[in-house]
Amino acid sequence: MLKKKELSINMGPQHPATHGVLRLVLELDGETVVKCTPHVGYLHRGTEKLGENRTYPMALPLTDRLDYVSSMSNNIGYCVAVERLLGIEAPARAKYIRTIMAELTRIANHIVWIATHALDIGAMTVFLYSMRDREWILDLYEMVCGARLTVTYPRIGGVRCDIDQEFMDSCYKFIEDFPKRIEEYETLIDQNRIWLQRTVGVGIISAADAINWGLTGPTLRGSGVAYDVRKAAPYDAYDQIDFEVPVGKNCDVYDRYRCRMDEFRQSISIIKQCLDKLPDGLVLASEAPPYDMPIGKPRVMPGHPMGEILPGELVEEKVPFDELYSATEVPKGELGFYFVNDGTARPYRMRIRAPSFVHASVLPKLCEGSLVADVIANIGTIDIVLGECDR
Amino acid sequence: MTPRAIAELIQSKFKPEVAEITEFGDQVSVLVNKTRILEIMSFLRNSSELYFDYLTDLCGVDYQGRKNERFEVVYHLRSILHNHCIRIKAAIPEKDCKIDSVVRIWAGANWHERECFDMYGISFTGHPDFRRILMPDDWEGHPLRKDYPLKSDLGEAEWKGFKEVLETVERNKKYEVR
Amino acid sequence: MIVDGTTALIEVEEGIRIIPGANTIVCALDKIVNWGRKSSIWPMTFGLACCAIEMMATGASHYDLDRFGVVFRGSPRQSDAIIIAGTLTKKMAPVVRMVYDQMPEPRYVIAMGSCACSGGIYNTYSTVQGVDTVLPVDVYIPGCPPRPEALLDGLIMLQELINKEHFKWSRWR
Repeated sequence: MLKKKELSINMGPQHPATHGVLRLVLELDGETVVKCTPHVGYLHRGTEKLGENRTYPMALPLTDRLDYVSSMSNNIGYCVAVERLLGIEAPARAKYIRTIMAELTRIANHIVWIATHALDIGAMTVFLYSMRDREWILDLYEMVCGARLTVTYPRIGGVRCDIDQEFMDSCYKFIEDFPKRIEEYETLIDQNRIWLQRTVGVGIISAADAINWGLTGPTLRGSGVAYDVRKAAPYDAYDQIDFEVPVGKNCDVYDRYRCRMDEFRQSISIIKQCLDKLPDGLVLASEAPPYDMPIGKPRVMPGHPMGEILPGELVEEKVPFDELYSATEVPKGELGFYFVNDGTARPYRMRIRAPSFVHASVLPKLCEGSLVADVIANIGTIDIVLGECDR
Repeated sequence: MTPRAIAELIQSKFKPEVAEITEFGDQVSVLVNKTRILEIMSFLRNSSELYFDYLTDLCGVDYQGRKNERFEVVYHLRSILHNHCIRIKAAIPEKDCKIDSVVRIWAGANWHERECFDMYGISFTGHPDFRRILMPDDWEGHPLRKDYPLKSDLGEAEWKGFKEVLETVERNKKYEVR
Repeated sequence: MIVDGTTALIEVEEGIRIIPGANTIVCALDKIVNWGRKSSIWPMTFGLACCAIEMMATGASHYDLDRFGVVFRGSPRQSDAIIIAGTLTKKMAPVVRMVYDQMPEPRYVIAMGSCACSGGIYNTYSTVQGVDTVLPVDVYIPGCPPRPEALLDGLIMLQELINKEHFKWSRWR
């Protein structure tokens, strides 16, 4: 008689279906996953430490490379945070342009998500169709800033340059045409029997659990919680725009897929409203910090030289440190920046609350007890990017 | 509730524990003692009028030479039901570098606390799976501390896994066809 | 048809001659081996960071790498080249080296992006300053990230490099 023994499988960090360099160690009992241990950090680049050694305008390009699938949203999240910290108000036109860009990025991100998620589950055609359409958005990016992926187009206090009529026309054409493309994707997989079998009832996480684990974005909304930073704490032009927050109800992979497909349509509606309402005016606030922002002197404790504490001496507690946490809704969830500022142009502490990091932590919860094939579906559904997860 | 009202409620409830309340913009942070952190956190989580069901973020800060206690653990809490938020901070001295884990209250704190340990060396007692997360297990030092070097060249303190790779590279050079 | 020593060979390209009417090509073995190799470079997907998205875009419908005979493989044991696309960290370095050591000869390395070439903007405690510290790199593609056209150009450069190879097909080399 064979002795029952659990089998350990190492998946990654080099694996085509782990969306980067995620490593999972799976303990299997037959086909069932008994234990799942994610290992992250293979792309830890020290962004937070690097950010603490740079001035605010100089740290902006680092944020593109966090979540490189939706770099524009990261830039906007960073700019909104620094604006709140430094007390700068972006002009109305810039806010609308940023909203357009954020929603274009949401579409681009969800396209990459549906492409890789479907490819992992076995639908290759979706990958080819959707990557074709993504090029259109990247062309729009190129029109405004010349870059495809790492854009650095938003600035602290606005955006880099104004959009022109050519961009407006292409953007209108895009939002007119794209709903047909969404229908194409849906025709391919929405009622596909294999897709349904691989996604319905897989990776269930209840609403209470999802909140307790700190999930955000479509991953949370698939469980029926209508929490969206764009509604809860509006930034940019979102308070002047009409949109709905799609939610699921079955808490499984399929509902999260439906949520993201509905977000496509909401994003298109937001872009349309913004283009229609786009106000005139400047795109960069006059008080926006220059590239070579002077570093300035830190606020230090009275009677104490910088960073030196003499032995036996009692330091007065009250040192003015400005602290600010600012959250924005990026396509993956809530991207938060927590700054501690000591009066210089460099953040004393720059903390990035990355949605992917939190989402990756829920993998054991989703995978344990399910089949080994469902691990792939679960990795796809939480929509992680390891650049942001590891920072 | 406004953040100010929440802070005052915490202060009235845990009078001796609250050391300081600071405000910036519309955000309020409450500095508390670390000894009763679990109690304060369960109150914030469970009381019906506050109901902070969602731990947005947990991170450490190193105030070397700037404050009396070197480290601070910062909790950002949010209530999805009531749509309000607060920031709780706990000061941690360098000599007694540990604090109670809040994983039992919010499961999402798990990886944040591991990261906080990885980057600052703050221990969380009662954590179910306590080890490094981003850096390799045998990495020396805690990178986000203010006295840790930034640049790539770590010299003698280089991680030994990376040194082994460099040795492999040297050893295999003679087999390479060029 | 009988081929005798007096039939003149016609040179159609440099180093490649045909025997008229005999349907026969006379050339160095190098030419054939190199032609075969360069026309079907199968790189291993090694997407580390941002550049991986551009690599995906290059492989997808718009840019279509398959035109060059480039088909991505998931396993190092079935691939000829490895495209290091993204930042290499110290934690990842042993993995990269292990994957490279599993690849069969002849093997080629393409460093895609600034981070893989030189470390790029990340000069921090956890990053390797250029993938050439752990692997012998054949083609460097700068850019942050390089456009798909740049990756295509890098692959064409690799093809040219393979085309110039001499005597790299036997064990008596």
